[in-house]
Amino acid sequence: MKFTWFHLMPYRFLPDGFTQKYHSVWVDIPRNLYDPKIGHKLYNDYLDQLEFADQMGFDGLGVNEHHQNGYGLMPSPNIMGASMARRTRNANLVILGNSIALYNPPVRVAEEFAMLDVISGGRLIAGFPVGTSMDVNYCYGEVPATLREKYREAHDLIMRAWTEKDCFSFNGKYTKLRYVNLWPKPLQEPHPPIWIPGGGSVETWDFCADHGYQYSFLSYFGYLAAKKVADGYWNVMAKKGKPLNPYSMGFAQAVVVAETDEQAERDYAEHMDYFYNRCLHVYQGFADAPGYRTESTIRAGFLAQVGRAAALRREGMKWKDFINEGYIIAGSPKTVRERLREAMKTLNCGHLMILQQIGSMPPELTRKNTQMFAQEVMPHLRDLWTGWEDKWSPKRLPENELAMPAPINLNKPAATTNGSTAHGPTNGGAHRGAAK
Amino acid sequence: MKVQDLRRIAGGKYNVELHMFGTGEPLLFMHGAGGLLGVDPFLEDLGHSFKVIAPHLPGFGESTGGEQIEDIFDAILFYHQLLDELGISSAHVVGHSMGGMLAAEFAAMDVSRVKKLVLVTPAGFWLDEHPIPDFFSMELPDLAAHLFHDPKSPIAQMFMAVPEDMKLLEDMYVERVKRMTQASKFLWPIPDRGLKKRAWRISAKTLVLMGASDKLIPPVYANEFTSRIKNSRVETIAEAGHMPMYEQQEAFVKAVRDFLKS
Repeated sequence: MKFTWFHLMPYRFLPDGFTQKYHSVWVDIPRNLYDPKIGHKLYNDYLDQLEFADQMGFDGLGVNEHHQNGYGLMPSPNIMGASMARRTRNANLVILGNSIALYNPPVRVAEEFAMLDVISGGRLIAGFPVGTSMDVNYCYGEVPATLREKYREAHDLIMRAWTEKDCFSFNGKYTKLRYVNLWPKPLQEPHPPIWIPGGGSVETWDFCADHGYQYSFLSYFGYLAAKKVADGYWNVMAKKGKPLNPYSMGFAQAVVVAETDEQAERDYAEHMDYFYNRCLHVYQGFADAPGYRTESTIRAGFLAQVGRAAALRREGMKWKDFINEGYIIAGSPKTVRERLREAMKTLNCGHLMILQQIGSMPPELTRKNTQMFAQEVMPHLRDLWTGWEDKWSPKRLPENELAMPAPINLNKPAATTNGSTAHGPTNGGAHRGAAK
Repeated sequence: MKVQDLRRIAGGKYNVELHMFGTGEPLLFMHGAGGLLGVDPFLEDLGHSFKVIAPHLPGFGESTGGEQIEDIFDAILFYHQLLDELGISSAHVVGHSMGGMLAAEFAAMDVSRVKKLVLVTPAGFWLDEHPIPDFFSMELPDLAAHLFHDPKSPIAQMFMAVPEDMKLLEDMYVERVKRMTQASKFLWPIPDRGLKKRAWRISAKTLVLMGASDKLIPPVYANEFTSRIKNSRVETIAEAGHMPMYEQQEAFVKAVRDFLKS
């Protein structure tokens, strides 16, 4: 069993009454609710938390891409990845991922992922989501009718850019390039492992099965509701004669640990409430642009992840209901161990993407949650799926070939008499002139 | 839905749900993002004076081949092909909303094919001072409030009606999604595909018909058409929103007929 510590990076200070007062947490959320000074603190807290998870022995550190929202503050997860590549040394960088239909040209993704893979010494896991409808259709203006075709083409281009030996031309419908010639190329051969995050589109199962990619089901409804989706995926895998290797599936689950079950409620209930009621307050009209989901997905009856139906389903639910229905796994280490083992076995899932900073949860509580899980739960679940080979984790450089970043020097640069720094403007001209 | 005729055209690229009836000069109708109802009383009315040719654009209704219609150019060629195969060299063209945008493009591309042009609450332009609301993200009650002068009227209520039966509801939802998905090719995220570069070529006499209380494409947009189309004028239908042909059928039909017959 492998564990990726996943951060959504929510805005923790949406006002009380947010759900009643505001139209949507996504797309048209008022700009004046974002305070960049708070943002400064949040980004740095959140990166600290990811680095702490690295120290705690998690296998991966997860981030993802969202736009114009208070739910997750990462329009560019690659920027987080760059910071983690330098400031962590152990865990894999699970960038889950870049919404590849949005990049023009999509080789930009191939390049940035290659950079991250090279900087991190081959620790990158590359995620290719379609992206939520809020992000891709409403914020980035992609035409719903052609989104999935554009996604497929971007995927083909990126994969060729990573694997072709020589410079090539690409005559796509959406992207035409005379010269594709990736510099730098990824460190991992032939390319980083690819995980496809999905919200329950039936086409994604075929796509993953056909290409041998890992399927990551990202859901807010917890593992019990996820069973139907997981079964759908495994049925497709079985039909295509693929091994039902648990490591070919990932699942995101909110998990909170405290000394006792009662303490867990005292510690975490308000933050869970913040997450479900403020972070997921998405206007129904933005949840699912016409054409975003295909007819077969609609007819399969899978609920959209956000919007009214999702909100109705949660209406009136209390802490105990969230636990009973598996939205969250919460309680003492013993409770969480048992529940999580059951969940992972139910889904046949080898890669848990664990959400431990949830909603408004402050840094100290996040740290406690992370540490208790790492020390009192994680070791007890490592035995799950022994015998299965994880083909979806990076092949990194050996320890002795890894570059060592210089430690951060917190001293201020030495001041000169006129108050500017030693490399400052007084002799700047001469300095530049000397540089070759 | 009553299907008049599924007509195979372009060697089978498209099977078109074609509603064709009436006698007189041919009148090609280009529907909006909502498609045709199948039995459209205003078209039946026009059928008393004209030979009405009302196809569902591929991707709408029962018409197949929608995946091959991806932009304005594809749609215009489809309408040309249809008229070719019907043996109609020129026709009056009436287009509503998205169909108004297509009708204007059609008239700009081949001026010889359009006798007279009627653009009904047409899309095609964007004014920063009067942004067209995002109807794609609207839920039915909100949409009805934007489409109709009186959202409480029976016709507006009919548009919003939702079946109780879950299977029918799902079918209706899928059908609506299908239409809107196809419409997104012309209208998402901003309903402007460059008509302003081409409208100057339109030479047909043109009537721009607006709804006085249209909250989707307000009457102010008429100027964008009349200022670019040489031979054009505006009429505004009172107590009508974005769907004047349903909401004020009589006034609508009279305006169209008088203009085309004059």
